[in-house]
Amino acid sequence: MSSVPHQVLRITAKDEAQLALIKDMEEMVHLQLDFWRGVTDVATPVDVRVPFHSLQSVKRHLESLELEYLVMIQDLQVMLDEEKLEMESAARVAEPRNTESFDFSRYHTISEIYSFQDMLVAENPNLVSKIVIGQSYQGRPLNVLKFSTGGTNRPAIWIDTGIHSREWVTQASGTWFAKKIASDYGRDSALTAILDKMDIFVEIVTNPDGFYFTHNSNRMWRKTRKPNPGSSCVGVDPNRNWDAGFGGAGASGNPCSETYRGEKAHSEPEVKSIVDFVKSHGNFKAFVSIHSYSQMLLYPYGYTTTPVKDQAELHNLANKAITDLASLYGTRYRYGSIINTIYQASGGTIDWTYNQGIKYSYTFELRDTGRYGFILPANQIIPTAQETWLALMAIMDHTFKNPY
Amino acid sequence: MIWTVSTFCSHLFCYINATLTGGAFPFLRSFTPVVFSSIVVLQPPAMSPSIIIVLAVLTGVTGSPSVATSPAAVDATAHPNSVVEETEIFGWQVSVEKEAEEDAMATGELNPNHYPAQRAAKVVQHYLNVQYGSPFRLFGLHKVHSGNAEDVADSGRKYQLEISVQEIINNTTEKCSAELLFGRAGEQRSSQVQVSCEELLKTSTDAQEDALFRKYQMNQSLLSAENLPDSYGHMEPDHQPLWHLGIVASSSVMLKESTENTLYNMAQVANIIQLASDNKQVKFDCHVLLHEMVSQEIIHWKLLFTWSPPDGVKVLQMEKLPHCHDCKVPPNTN
Repeated sequence: MSSVPHQVLRITAKDEAQLALIKDMEEMVHLQLDFWRGVTDVATPVDVRVPFHSLQSVKRHLESLELEYLVMIQDLQVMLDEEKLEMESAARVAEPRNTESFDFSRYHTISEIYSFQDMLVAENPNLVSKIVIGQSYQGRPLNVLKFSTGGTNRPAIWIDTGIHSREWVTQASGTWFAKKIASDYGRDSALTAILDKMDIFVEIVTNPDGFYFTHNSNRMWRKTRKPNPGSSCVGVDPNRNWDAGFGGAGASGNPCSETYRGEKAHSEPEVKSIVDFVKSHGNFKAFVSIHSYSQMLLYPYGYTTTPVKDQAELHNLANKAITDLASLYGTRYRYGSIINTIYQASGGTIDWTYNQGIKYSYTFELRDTGRYGFILPANQIIPTAQETWLALMAIMDHTFKNPY
Repeated sequence: MIWTVSTFCSHLFCYINATLTGGAFPFLRSFTPVVFSSIVVLQPPAMSPSIIIVLAVLTGVTGSPSVATSPAAVDATAHPNSVVEETEIFGWQVSVEKEAEEDAMATGELNPNHYPAQRAAKVVQHYLNVQYGSPFRLFGLHKVHSGNAEDVADSGRKYQLEISVQEIINNTTEKCSAELLFGRAGEQRSSQVQVSCEELLKTSTDAQEDALFRKYQMNQSLLSAENLPDSYGHMEPDHQPLWHLGIVASSSVMLKESTENTLYNMAQVANIIQLASDNKQVKFDCHVLLHEMVSQEIIHWKLLFTWSPPDGVKVLQMEKLPHCHDCKVPPNTN
């Protein structure tokens, strides 16, 4: 095909007479029409590819006969070129067959991450298992990877990423962390010591409905995708839906708001599943919920200025963690309580977990500080994950060495 | 609503900032700080383009600020629904959000790592980008060293900050002292900023800017681009200057919209198209997504702006688009 714009027209006949007129056009060989969908009946429109040189005459002809048409495809060549590019790039990025060939330096779809999880379990059957703790509103499984070397209900560490779906560097980092844990067990002495006595749970796609929506509709979507009765606005902020200061200042009562708390605490299945899991497990000692962006390490509270009982210890540990983080690439983090460092926020995850008695409750805000924000370039995924890992190790190590 | 960013201030005590291309610097008079709080007086060295912007605004400071720092009990829900009022100050039409209630705000010595100083410092960043930003010069906040806040009777709240800013493209860091005044709640006034930095424009961008300007002027077809950056943080190298222009133009909006209860960053340039214009500048229409951190909202704005190396970015029109809950951004709506 030449590089001039061929168009595809959709012609609609009003009656049998008009339909016959369209049929006549099939005989006009000089127009070189290519009927993609030929003449059948009045109810069914006719689609025809019109070469560039015939466009003017065809349109004039249709207009003179008062035949209704619309331009379905403005420039066929452009569309075909784009499709070709898409197929080529998809072919280049074939599905990885194991976690070694998984490209951690790219952003992945939910199905790619779910496949990764299954592969990781299959490759490390003695260390990794997958637990489905519930279902999202739209019925997607809420998958948690459990890293355990045995025992029964060992003291445990929780890490979640992607509770806010637009924070893509977090799901990408969570994927990297999962691989890191599986790889480093038996190789890194600090991690091995931890895993010999404690379990680690990682939920990578904590808000799968939102995540899917960011891939297919709106890259900036934050909340869940549950409709709100009586409102045209969808979704609840899963980090305002926990039962800690629920209903107070620091969240919105408006369903259209990005910080809508929901009708009641734990109304969102994505949140309730974690609540139920943590309560029935009963032996979590550290809980880390990962967000982006701002480059901060935060401890409770967000809903009140009252300092937590363990403020001094959490503050010092945060200092150690961000110092370790900075040692890799010089990335500067601030740290402190949520309410002092970033803003007042009620119904937040780690306020609830802390009040459950999980002392080492932390929230990360990963890279960057606003230049790219949520759309962090993919080439920063691995550096972000690597430096954050050092901070996580500091927290996990301290948790391990300070049982309570 | 038309709002022009221009070399500012026709008030008696105000001064036009020095031009970016060096040359002779006007002599600045000093003022005794009897009526006005602090006015920075600097005699810049002959050849170095240090920039001093003086905007004397403040009436007498009374009372002694309290030493204790009390964290602000900010109601994050109040923010998006605040009432907006308009007044005119020094020839600028300005707007301010009226807070639902007068909260106890952090006063006195500020913790530089806590949000009050950080939010104020971000406003200084927006100001610097409005004044000096270009496709080859962009500022980011690097660090807040210290800060102080106090109530100013009848005017609002005044912040004094020692910060470091980073010029992102050439990766240089610079220390600055800044003062800003957030308008009194209920009055329509955008934050008023004065900044003095040691050597803010140390790297010359003249050659690059001239080359790019010529290229844009001589385009066979007008430029357009969308989703800068795209979902994966990527953009074509040719589109980077357009992204930077979008950031600079957005900084006018972010400066105007900022209060003590907001923190703005530009999230994305949804689309940007070059419009026909005369030879003196190039003109663009763009649709940008701003991210406001406290409410976590994505706010859509349309901007019409010009750029030329001598005049920098000038925003001719800005229009806030209606809140769109489930929307996809349509490409190049014109």
